[in-house]
Amino acid sequence: MQRRVSPAFYVVAILYSLVSLVPFVWSIYTSFKPTAGVYDTWVPLSKLTLQSYKYLLTSPQVSFMQWLLNSVIVAVIVTIGNLIVNTLAGYAFARFRFPAKGPLFMVFLAVMMIPGQVVLVPMYILLAHLGWINTYQGLTIPFLMSPFMIFLTRQFFLGMPNELEEAAKVDGLGPWGIFFKIFLPLSRPLIATQTIFTFQGNWNSFLWTSLLESSQNMYTLPVGLNNLYGQYNAYWNQVLAGVLLLTIPMIIIFFIFQRQFVQGISTSGIK
Amino acid sequence: MKRQRPQTRNRFDQAMAGYLFLLPAIVSLCVFLIGPIFYALYISFFHFSFLDPQNKQFIGVRNYIHLFADPLFLRALWNTTLYAIVVVPVQTAIALFLALIVNNLKGRTFFRIVYYLPTVTSTVATSLMFMFIFEPQGLVNNFLKLFGIHGPNYFNSPTFALPSIMAIAIWSSVGQYMIIYLAGLQDLPAEVYEAAALDGATGWRLLRYITLPLLKRTTFLNVVLSLIGTFQVFDQMDVISQGTGGPLNSTLSVVLDLFNQAMSQNMGYASAIGFVLFVIILLLTFIQKFFFERNDEAGV
Repeated sequence: MQRRVSPAFYVVAILYSLVSLVPFVWSIYTSFKPTAGVYDTWVPLSKLTLQSYKYLLTSPQVSFMQWLLNSVIVAVIVTIGNLIVNTLAGYAFARFRFPAKGPLFMVFLAVMMIPGQVVLVPMYILLAHLGWINTYQGLTIPFLMSPFMIFLTRQFFLGMPNELEEAAKVDGLGPWGIFFKIFLPLSRPLIATQTIFTFQGNWNSFLWTSLLESSQNMYTLPVGLNNLYGQYNAYWNQVLAGVLLLTIPMIIIFFIFQRQFVQGISTSGIK
Repeated sequence: MKRQRPQTRNRFDQAMAGYLFLLPAIVSLCVFLIGPIFYALYISFFHFSFLDPQNKQFIGVRNYIHLFADPLFLRALWNTTLYAIVVVPVQTAIALFLALIVNNLKGRTFFRIVYYLPTVTSTVATSLMFMFIFEPQGLVNNFLKLFGIHGPNYFNSPTFALPSIMAIAIWSSVGQYMIIYLAGLQDLPAEVYEAAALDGATGWRLLRYITLPLLKRTTFLNVVLSLIGTFQVFDQMDVISQGTGGPLNSTLSVVLDLFNQAMSQNMGYASAIGFVLFVIILLLTFIQKFFFERNDEAGV
């Protein structure tokens, strides 16, 4: 399907790149403006300053570093937990025979259809009873499993050849050995996709985190920033500096894993 | 008999391993999803305040009936529907258009990354970025001024607030659907195109009669994912209106209403909203499926 491409295609593609990028560029530019010049369209390069970043990262009035730390802790725990829980479950559905496998899998599929907001109220009540509001437990433990990722994992392991398993059996490996020594080392693309999706989802999570965090010290970055905007909405340079500090880690991860990221999206697309 | 023993042993081992591998997922499923779903259903039949659960009052389906007489909920439902009706087709169309364009270009990876960046960015971040861009004296209005247009105060205007949020949503999700389309395009069989080319089909006709029909499954997936996503919209509405759904409830979404009802201790009522949302999403998915499958049979 290689054919000559009209230059008009390039023009359109580049124009849309601008649409995609300008909001970021404008936010970066604004975050370096001094407070007095935030609304000036053009501030000369010599007037640009790091003041809003310094303020965010050091001012005792904003616990930005604490929010960042909370975000990292929560996202890392949830990601690792999901990797373990989902991979084990997906593997069991793909590769083991046991009674009630079909019905159990149907339950996971059915739950996938239910929007998470349905359990917003009971989850809040449950976590309040456990005393987990404003705790790391509350922000992590309920989110360690994802039916969708189990589904994805199952598809991945179903696609692997049976010969692999038979060869391992001949070599005298049991079910655990086959998983840990044969299949797990081969599932790097699956691990990468899951890591990226889960990390991204959690890093950007807002509905649940704003429900479960009411004390400043337990805010994750999105909740903290929303609050920062609510309090100092004239200080756009600070708010946008915060926005960029929230965005940059995700963009770095995206660049590192870009290939798997896009593949992950595509494979999950071909259901 | 001796040969059977290792086999049953093996089968038992497999079953045990299977259950053990599933154990964490099942515990989590029961405690944090299935249990809460049933509890949500249960309290949706009660007048239930979290402050005072002892005094919960069984009211049958009154929460559900009340929903459809509640101007706030109806407004939220209307806003969300409108939001979906605009966002889903526009976003799907732009995504398809960009995928078709970018598919044959050199530097495809570059465009793919650039278009995908907004999707990676948190909705809170994109909302805040655009709130500044849509300020009365912001970038958009300064640009419009070049053409002598006096732009509105977007997020304080009941007319412009929701459309502005729609624009942000489209901007931030086009990349995701474009990637799925690109994957679909890559899967199209080359032979079909060769045959069509022999028959003299080119350009527009190729697109209309070959590419679009072959992409139907991809389109179905995109539309369903997009519909499910749009009906669950919350983040943008909450950040931009600071939780109020204003101005004049023009940006109140179903989930924002649910959230606010739960926060104001109307737990049973909030649960009922959750189930109505669930039914809507389920219905839309079935309708979509029916629609696409019927077209399949008709060979359109």
